[in-house]
Amino acid sequence: MKFYEYRAKEVFQRYGIPVPKGLLVVSSEEVVSPPLPAAVKAQVLVGGRMKAGGIAFAESLKEARRATSRILGMEIGGYGVKKVLLEERLEIERELYLSMTLDRSARTALLMASPDGGIDIEQVPGERIFRSPIPPLVGIQPYILRGLKEAMGLPKELGRSLSAIAEALYRLFKGEDAELVEINPLVVTRGGGLVAGDAKLILEDNALYRHPEYQGMEQDLTVLEREANQKGIAFIELGGNIGVIANGAGLTMATMDALHVHGGRPGVFLDLGGTDDPETVKEAFLLMMKARPRVILLNIFGGITKCDTVALGVQEASEVAGAEIPIIVRIRGVNEERAREILREAGMTAVLDMGEAAKAAVQQAGE
Amino acid sequence: MAVLLEEGSNVVVQGITGHQGRFHTKACLDYGTRIVAGVTPGREGEKVHGVPVYDTVAEAVENGEADTSFFLVPAPFAKDAAIEAIEAGIRLLVLITERIPFHDALDIVSYARFRGTRVIGPNCPGIISPGKSKVGIMPGHIFRRGRVGVISRSGTLTYEIVNAITESGEGQSTCMGIGGDAIIGTNFVEALRLFQEDSETERIVLVGEIGGTAEEEAADYIEREVTTPVVAYVAGQTAPPGRRMGHAGAIISRGRGTAKSKIAAFKEAGVSVAALPSEIPTLLSSL
Repeated sequence: MKFYEYRAKEVFQRYGIPVPKGLLVVSSEEVVSPPLPAAVKAQVLVGGRMKAGGIAFAESLKEARRATSRILGMEIGGYGVKKVLLEERLEIERELYLSMTLDRSARTALLMASPDGGIDIEQVPGERIFRSPIPPLVGIQPYILRGLKEAMGLPKELGRSLSAIAEALYRLFKGEDAELVEINPLVVTRGGGLVAGDAKLILEDNALYRHPEYQGMEQDLTVLEREANQKGIAFIELGGNIGVIANGAGLTMATMDALHVHGGRPGVFLDLGGTDDPETVKEAFLLMMKARPRVILLNIFGGITKCDTVALGVQEASEVAGAEIPIIVRIRGVNEERAREILREAGMTAVLDMGEAAKAAVQQAGE
Repeated sequence: MAVLLEEGSNVVVQGITGHQGRFHTKACLDYGTRIVAGVTPGREGEKVHGVPVYDTVAEAVENGEADTSFFLVPAPFAKDAAIEAIEAGIRLLVLITERIPFHDALDIVSYARFRGTRVIGPNCPGIISPGKSKVGIMPGHIFRRGRVGVISRSGTLTYEIVNAITESGEGQSTCMGIGGDAIIGTNFVEALRLFQEDSETERIVLVGEIGGTAEEEAADYIEREVTTPVVAYVAGQTAPPGRRMGHAGAIISRGRGTAKSKIAAFKEAGVSVAALPSEIPTLLSSL
């Protein structure tokens, strides 16, 4: 789960990471006594906000209001801006980069930092990035913090602050079940302090049950994505016109690969997870119908459930939704012949081979 | 020898009294797996399909000489139950459970390495040595004993591919689902090492996915250490790029992690790469 900047900064404060004074508003009328001069920042979950013009600077109340109302009307990365954060404008001496994330290959948490923070951090050469794995089971140790201070080349006092922030970052990473905490830029102010200019925080969805305080937090999702989310179905809207439903992420991606080979364009990606539970298949089907693809391709490899049971679920769903969208089904597993019979009788195209199913779907979509 | 799992493996089912536990205990018993015990705290004295249930893994080890755990404990209790199993002396821990927080998985996997316990998964279909034993949720009937080793990050896609291999007349030595999560106990490189050393495995099928850099690392390892011929498939050649992990993700991956990068790495390592799963049997027979 991604956090908006203002939410992430609330969490930062709880862990003792310094953030600028700020005011969150949903309309320009609420801008009465903002910190001035102010940075006026769109609150969105997608990146590239600065380059899209979602950040402005204001010297006066009037300017702050004008900037707020302009940014509230913006769309960034396809999402309308609904909230704006007005923050005291920092006097920047230097910008650093600091993050804690997971290194999948090394199977450790990973602390990264760079003296060259800011929006071009991804272009910074590898030797200018400090990386330290955090040893599992024992956690962050003083030698790591000494290495970090050395690499950032800060004066003693600032080095101590940086150490404290890095430690807090690790406590936050563990304590909040984060998969990413990132401060970019971590600002060295002219006054000689360190302040988190921006805040990126992503919590691991699998651990949300341990954090009821974040449940129901707003997310940038389409209506259908939200519904799918609630049902535990992975649902992603793409650009094409073929709706793909399959069980398991790998099989869903392989189905899309097959469509691509035959010249088709997937429109919606719907992964049931590793399940072939007929109820879930039915739910997924109804959801897919709402996305109105030109054709639906269902690819199920049966494991636990017998295929004829799954087929009955699909038949039921298509009756409920009305069968104006052509449906191609490829189903394998126990009792697959009977399943295909059921589906054909219900007016669907039922085939044995994945490539054949993909080809049929592409043909239907092209009409 | 097959990989990790043999006829003689003594299996304890952790989470045996749940719906999944009962169902898959039956399926594994039918397949011929030696299930010696089950564990669910507070349910000692019960039997599930004739298998005695204990409160603790230590009792299952003591009374049933269990050495392998078929782990179906729900995610919120997984860390506790996995550490218990490691401490009780389980040698092979097969974590089927989905949605274990990776912070917990990291603790489990790190502690297992410290204790010398092999972990497979989490979020995987398990491991099967066809005709010998099955510790997992895969449909046993699609497998056939043979000499192709299968290593896969996926679940149902593995069944799809195994089914195609079996229908082409070939069989499998061992099929290992390593799991789709960010933190897993046995990665491609470690699995490849085991299959390379296995005398029953003559060819290897590796099924990868987009995301992470495990496939690139596997390709590099194959080039250096693996003499057994390998066929690979990478799912998601046309999938949209996953959600961005801030700048940190880009700094770590540096352009790797895409299907294109993985396929190029495999080809460079002399691996035959299938464009679609259906091509795998043909590529296998041409090796």
